[in-house]
Amino acid sequence: MSDTTQASPMKAADGTPLKKSLTRALRRQKLRALALIAPLLIFVLFTFILPIADMLFRSVENQIVGDTLPNTVQALKAWDQASDEAPGEQVFRALSVDLQVAAELKQHTRLGTRLNYENPGVSSLFRSSGRGADKIGKDFQDRLVELDPAWKEGETWATIFGTDEWLAAEAAWDADRAGKQPAFRMRDGIDEALPLTAHAYQVFVKDVQGAGKNPATTKPWRVFYDALSQDLGANPDPASAALPSAQATLIAATSTAIAGDSFSYKDAFLDMDTGWGAVSTWETIKAYSAPYTAGYFLNAVDLEKGADGIAVRPPEERIYIKLFARTMWMSLLITVSCLVLGYPVAWLLANLRASTSNLLMILVLLPFWTSLLVRTSAWKVLLQQQGVINDILVWLRIVDDGNRLVMINNQMGTIIAMTHILLPFMILPLYSVMKTVPPTYLRAARSLGATPWTAFWRVYFPQSVPGIGAGSILVFILAIGYYITPELVGGTQGVFISNRIAFHISSSLNWGLAAALGAILLGVVLLLYYTYDKIVGIDNVKLG
Amino acid sequence: MDARTGGNAAFVAFEHVQKSYDGENLVVKDLNLSIAKGEFLTMLGPSGSGKTTCLMMLAGFETATHGEIKLNGRPINRIPPHKRGIGMVFQNYALFPHMTVAENLAFPLEVRGLGKSERDAKVKRALDMVQMGAFGGRRPAQMSGGQQQRVALARALVFEPELVLMDEPLGALDKQLREHMQFEITRLAHHLGITTVYVTHDQTEALTMSDNIAVFNDGRIQQLAPPAVLYEEPTNSFVAQFIGENNTLLGVVQEIRGDVAVVRLDDGELIDAKPVNVSRAGERTRVSIRPERVEFNKARLQPGAHTLKAEVLEFIYMGDIFRTRLRVAGNDDFVVKTRNAPDQKRLQPGQQIEIGWLPSDCRALDA
Repeated sequence: MSDTTQASPMKAADGTPLKKSLTRALRRQKLRALALIAPLLIFVLFTFILPIADMLFRSVENQIVGDTLPNTVQALKAWDQASDEAPGEQVFRALSVDLQVAAELKQHTRLGTRLNYENPGVSSLFRSSGRGADKIGKDFQDRLVELDPAWKEGETWATIFGTDEWLAAEAAWDADRAGKQPAFRMRDGIDEALPLTAHAYQVFVKDVQGAGKNPATTKPWRVFYDALSQDLGANPDPASAALPSAQATLIAATSTAIAGDSFSYKDAFLDMDTGWGAVSTWETIKAYSAPYTAGYFLNAVDLEKGADGIAVRPPEERIYIKLFARTMWMSLLITVSCLVLGYPVAWLLANLRASTSNLLMILVLLPFWTSLLVRTSAWKVLLQQQGVINDILVWLRIVDDGNRLVMINNQMGTIIAMTHILLPFMILPLYSVMKTVPPTYLRAARSLGATPWTAFWRVYFPQSVPGIGAGSILVFILAIGYYITPELVGGTQGVFISNRIAFHISSSLNWGLAAALGAILLGVVLLLYYTYDKIVGIDNVKLG
Repeated sequence: MDARTGGNAAFVAFEHVQKSYDGENLVVKDLNLSIAKGEFLTMLGPSGSGKTTCLMMLAGFETATHGEIKLNGRPINRIPPHKRGIGMVFQNYALFPHMTVAENLAFPLEVRGLGKSERDAKVKRALDMVQMGAFGGRRPAQMSGGQQQRVALARALVFEPELVLMDEPLGALDKQLREHMQFEITRLAHHLGITTVYVTHDQTEALTMSDNIAVFNDGRIQQLAPPAVLYEEPTNSFVAQFIGENNTLLGVVQEIRGDVAVVRLDDGELIDAKPVNVSRAGERTRVSIRPERVEFNKARLQPGAHTLKAEVLEFIYMGDIFRTRLRVAGNDDFVVKTRNAPDQKRLQPGQQIEIGWLPSDCRALDA
């Protein structure tokens, strides 16, 4: 194979194709490079990227409604919200069971909080109704236990819903309580015969087993009585399930006994809280019943899901668009003032003698060595109405004592303090670019007849544009997500969208909305980056 | 016009110019220099000799600490660089990287307010002049060093200055290209009749290109003369050693008879030399002889010429010439260059020979 022709691929000395040899040789290098960055990569992945992805997922995630009110959501499908009437009895029946299960699991308040974001007031509705639904369950419990005390026993319920093998295994586990509890096995056909009760029982077993107790010996939930009554009302003779005779008899007797009972769930709920009669309550539940929702995002851009599709929120509730616009506008102002202040300094840094420019560089970097909080607090001292600057102005009689300037707790405070804080991020990229522009260019331009200004504007400035781009993009992106400084010196008018995000994360606990706002902010930054790349070209950005 | 009416008045004149950067040391010490219109003057010297500072003062980028610089009879000390109308070629070309070649050339015309069509015509003419007509649309980074050099030259000439300054413009080029450009620059300068001040530390460049060379050292002009005079008749030992290769022998002047100085070398031998920088007997002197003026073929020496004993230390074959290193009067670095001719003897190391030269080629300079 030594006489390779032109057409055949190049071969290495040992006859393997050259390409393959090269790949093999490079693979070791690549692996070594990967090993070098692996610790950081893993660290970033687990502490940064995954949490962010999880956070972003929360902006659309909405499983709580479907998980907590599965039967209600199902029943609501038949409801026509255009009818302008609260749904019928069917929905309230389902609601009764779902709410009782949720109350047992202490989930109903969380659901209330979630829906309260979309429809203020729903939170208290759910909180109070948790207790009310329990009361309904108690009435059914009393009725059934009165018929037959066997209903009081956990054993009875376990025998109806669990298979014999599971019951035996559970009993065996209960004897020595070693190892894992046997997984619950539902009796064949029982979930079709008594669907509501079977569902509730499954949740019950999961909860009880999770607490390390034996479902067969644990006090049954009250919701079972309500659910069983509903199931038997719908299917008076659930003989299809192969129940042991004792339980079959019990159910048959109970079914016959309660056949004549009548109970209006709707009235009961309306008695509890008139909120259940409001169409808007049900609209909200229906609108947010899907496992994923655009609701947080709609909210984040001042829209809402109304009865007839997406609509703009009422003017007094529109805050986020304004806040986004303000964040952008103020970040732009900060970027421009950083550029205006930083450009001459960077020029000096790049053109002074080494000893002088080193000293200047230390002055530029000095803020980096001081805590952000200290610097921001210093601005508070300087800018406040009884602060240093106002005192001096009054002393110089430039400002009247009665009309001291308001320079803090407004947009001006934020712009001043953030310009100061972000200035090094503008100066350093500018400096690193200017350092590479030889002074001969200016001399050449002047020797060709250009005035100092023309020489600067036509020759020097264009060559410093990559630095301006890098500095501006850096400052703008940092500014747009800034939090601490606006929080401390911004008052109400000078806060940024990030302050709102922080509020939703730590105070209102509406993480979904915070995630949606964060996702939009991230999207805006990426969009700006993309636009910048298209217009200026990201290759033109030099950071050092 | 002024230059013409002024007759012999210098086109560029430095009058008692001094320059100090730190207020303690003078970089340029009392410089007096006049350059005629159309002259090609080279400032030659080692780095730190003050030649670039002089050029920068002329261009207006440095101000003279003392003295006057005149252009066309007019003092220019207070005229800013962009109003001096002097073309300049920089060491690293200084072509503006964000402009095309044509834009670079149009720049000086644009700032002078010329119209588009006039600009285009002049740019085209200037580019054709340096054979770069096809490169107008290129960026500087897309061209070789030689091409950038041509463009830089064209840019310095495009606005038709009467004076062009060049600051080591060929320093970054390889030898062959440099030689070619040397020829081209001189041809252009003479063809256009412009006055050129050229700074270099390369003596070959200076010798081949210039009408006059000013040798700088230690802030002073050591000698100002045309190339041949500078090479053959250096007036001090710095110039003798800086220009070309040179053999030196140290000694004391025994006596001076007209244009012959008898020098007793340090090892006791007496030789005749031409007194250049010595005036009286007893003075210490450095005698300088060019390697190619040393003769060891007795038949070719003039009768009665004084000879010295020498031992061959090394023979180097260099193609067109032979370079032989000798020990003469205790000096181990005495070099003789001989042409590679058919009848030329090749000396062997260890050989004892006698060498001699014309007294007029042997110059007694300052020690």
